[in-house]
Order: sequence, then structure tokens, then C-alpha cells
Amino acid sequence: MTDGERWRSLFNDYSNSSFLEVLRRESPHLIPGHEVPAAAEVREPVHGTTVLSVRYRDGVIMAGDRQATAGYQVASRRIEKIFKSDELSGVGIAGAAGPAMEMAKLFQTELEHYEKVEGENLSLEGKANRLSQMIRMNLPAAMQGLVVVPIFAGFDEKAGLGRLFKYDITGGRYEETNFDAQGSGSKDARDSLKKLWKRDMSRDEALRVSLEALIDAADEDVGTGGPDLVRGIFPSVKTITRSGFGDVPEEEVKGLCEAILGERSRTGNGA
Amino acid sequence: MPLPYYVSPEQMMKDKAEYARKGISRGRSLVTLEYGDGILLVAENPSTLLHKISEIYDRIAFAGVGKYNEFENLRIAGIRHADVKGYSYSRGDVTAKALANAYSQALGNIFTQDIKPFEVEVLVAEVGDANGARNEIYHILYDGTIEDERNYAAMGGQSDEIRRFLKDHHKEGMPLDEALQLGVRALTVTQNKTLTEKDLEVAVLDRTKARRKFRRIPLEALGQLLGTARLGRTGP
Repeated sequence: MTDGERWRSLFNDYSNSSFLEVLRRESPHLIPGHEVPAAAEVREPVHGTTVLSVRYRDGVIMAGDRQATAGYQVASRRIEKIFKSDELSGVGIAGAAGPAMEMAKLFQTELEHYEKVEGENLSLEGKANRLSQMIRMNLPAAMQGLVVVPIFAGFDEKAGLGRLFKYDITGGRYEETNFDAQGSGSKDARDSLKKLWKRDMSRDEALRVSLEALIDAADEDVGTGGPDLVRGIFPSVKTITRSGFGDVPEEEVKGLCEAILGERSRTGNGA
Repeated sequence: MPLPYYVSPEQMMKDKAEYARKGISRGRSLVTLEYGDGILLVAENPSTLLHKISEIYDRIAFAGVGKYNEFENLRIAGIRHADVKGYSYSRGDVTAKALANAYSQALGNIFTQDIKPFEVEVLVAEVGDANGARNEIYHILYDGTIEDERNYAAMGGQSDEIRRFLKDHHKEGMPLDEALQLGVRALTVTQNKTLTEKDLEVAVLDRTKARRKFRRIPLEALGQLLGTARLGRTGP
């Protein structure tokens, strides 16, 4: 290796802190969507899901149902769709489960890698952009039916508020101001949020609104799982605020779900 | 065409080693101590932005002394090694031992093949988990020599004196404030000045933390820890 080659990449390479670039250089076979077999027949992918994000006073809430479907069958009842991407942000995945989870894991590593190399966090804008590039990378796979369209939300330290982003399959990134949902039940969840969302909600109010929307989505969409009282499976709900990414305890989610369902059966409202 | 002078390999290695040692001894020192909840790393470093101590992975930390650009390169290579390994296998498969070996190979090759050896010493520490696994501390020298240290380690300028001091004073299972105070005393053992929190860079691998065990100790907390340790001491 001549000296020229040895140092050339030093300043031409803007991506010294990117894990994705390391992977591309050293082990390209590990990149999701790297090799997509030419599909003679596109099989129906797993994509029954509802994930949503709601902005409230202290930050954002992310919530998702727990069911994965394969065709008309339930593939899993306890799948986790909301992932912590770092201390101040999370991704909710919708679309083909395998590639989506792989992308969430890669995104997590990417953010942590940057943080360790640079000694500081990426801005929320930077994180959102990075995710959008990863989705664009998946476009060939998406054209074959393995669509991944996550929802990304986090707390913006500079602006001092929660922000959320939605994506399309080409990696297009659109910031939503108040709430958004993604997945097969997203239209129902959005309709519900549209009626229930208020400015400057407290944590408890926002929690209730999120669960109402998820229950509505599960009601109308066959691909979305509702609260499962028999097995004790409830939606996963996370909060992202100035003080970090936190789980809403299952007990609390269970209590709220039961209250909402109880009220609906009593009043007939929403039934 | 002039013939190159003949230099015996023995002389060449000696010269390189002396060169590297000289470079390292000019720099400030760094100590690491095992304490009750994990591993403590203390460096004399007046800069708050250029770090000598850094996180590599969940349970693994890195520390370097000597030439900044050289150990910074090693640090980034270490993070890459760990992240690729953790991504392709699992987080639990990333070990300090594999990383220390990689550093040893790299430094050994540079020492024998390049004209200028790296003027650095690096340390890789891994904290054991709560159910009794032991901590690991590897110390890698400029020529690739690797040592597996126990209880404490010292690198940089006056490391021999510091090591002797720590040998006499280190106790197992110390609380954080006591360990920190011992570390700071060890750093000043060869100089007659006192170090305040402004001259120090301190981090711990704390086994009581969730996934990522590495934590820098910020300035205010450092002052408090040094303060309580001073008040708590009895005798002269």
C-alpha cells in the first residue's frame, strides 16, 4: 500500500463514525437487503401491525400491538415492535418482520457506534436522516414485497420537545407535528387519534389516547392484535422524554386497557 | 548507488524500544483499580475534550497513554472490531481478551515492520458480571507485549513507582470514593503537587448498571467523591 492510498481515505471519507460504512467495507454480506433473490413469485409478506407515536407535554409516546401475522395465521402473539434506538429515541417497526427487526438492530448499532467514536450523540435530525438512508437501501427488497416502513420518534434536546417522523418505502422522510401511525391498522389508529389528540396533554392523558387508538385499530383491522385478557398480553408502550427512554409498566397498561374496554362495554361507546 | 549501512537487528529493536519508551515516559500517567462495584480508571488529563479513557462496548473500556493520534486510532479500531463482532454474533460474544489480542498483534506488527514504532501503551478492561465472574485487565505495550493484570495497573510516565505504591496500598472490595482517592494519590506519588478534579479524567465500569456499564464521572460528582473521601479519612 503506498502512502497515498493509505491516507487518501482519511479526509475524503465523511463517514468515519458510521457503523454502516464499516460494515459495507468489511462485511458487506451482513447488510440487510444486500442480496435479494429474484422472486419468481412474490409471497405475501408478514405485515399486520399497528404502531403509533403521540406527542405530549414531556416528549413522545410510542406504542404498538404485539401480534405478528403470516397470511391469515397468527405467527406470534408476543412480538415486540417498539425498539429503543438510543437513550433519547425509538423506532416502531411495520412491514416485513424479519428485515424490519434487522434494520432496527442495525440502526441501534449505528447510533451507538457514532456516539462512542465521536464522544457525543447525533442530533435527532441526524438520526432521522440516517434511518431514511437505511430504508432507501432496502428499496430493491421493498420492490419484491419486503417492505419496511418504520416510525421514528425521539426527544430533541436542542428544541426541548418530542418530535416524530414517518417514512415511505423510498426512504422519504416526513415530520409529523402531533401524532402518526403506521402499519395495516394505521388508518383506524390515525382516525382515532385525530379525534382524541389535544394540545399539551399530560402523560396519563396521552397514554390513554394512545391505547384508545390501538384498541380501535385492533377492532377494525384483522392484522392488529388487541389486548389479550386471557393470556395477559398487552400493547407495548414507551415514553421518550428529556430523562430518557422508558417502559410504561405492564401493570399500568393492563389497568388502562381494562378501564377502556370496561367503559366501552358499559356505555356502548366505540362498540 | 550507496549501500545502506548495516545495522544489526538487535540494535535496531533496541533503538526502537528506547524511542518508544522515551515518548511514553514524557506523557502523564494513568491508573486503573478494581473496586467493589467494578473497575475504576483515573487519568491525569487537564483536557475535558480530548479523552484518554473511552467506552468500547457494553462491559469493555479502553485507556491509552502516549501519543494522542496513535492511541485514538487504536481506540476507533477497537470500537469497530467490537461493534462488527457484536452485530454479527451476539453482544455477549464481544470480549476484552479478543480485543487485547488484536491490539497486541497490531502493535507487534507495527513495531517490527514500520520505521517508527507507536509511542503508546493501551489498556483494555472488562468488568465481570454480578454473579462472580472476575474482572479482566489487559495491558498492551508499544511492542505488542501483553500482560494480564490483577487488582490494579499503571501506565505512562512514572508507572513503575505508581505500581509499587499501589501494590502496598490496594485493598480488595474498596468503595468508589476510597478507590478514587487511592488512585489520585498514586498519580501524585512521584510529583509534589496535588491534583484537583480539574486535572483528572475519571470513568468507571460499574457492574450494577444495566447494559452499558461504562460511565464517565462528571466534574461535580468527582469533587464530591474526593471531598467525602478526604473527610472520611482518619489519622494524619
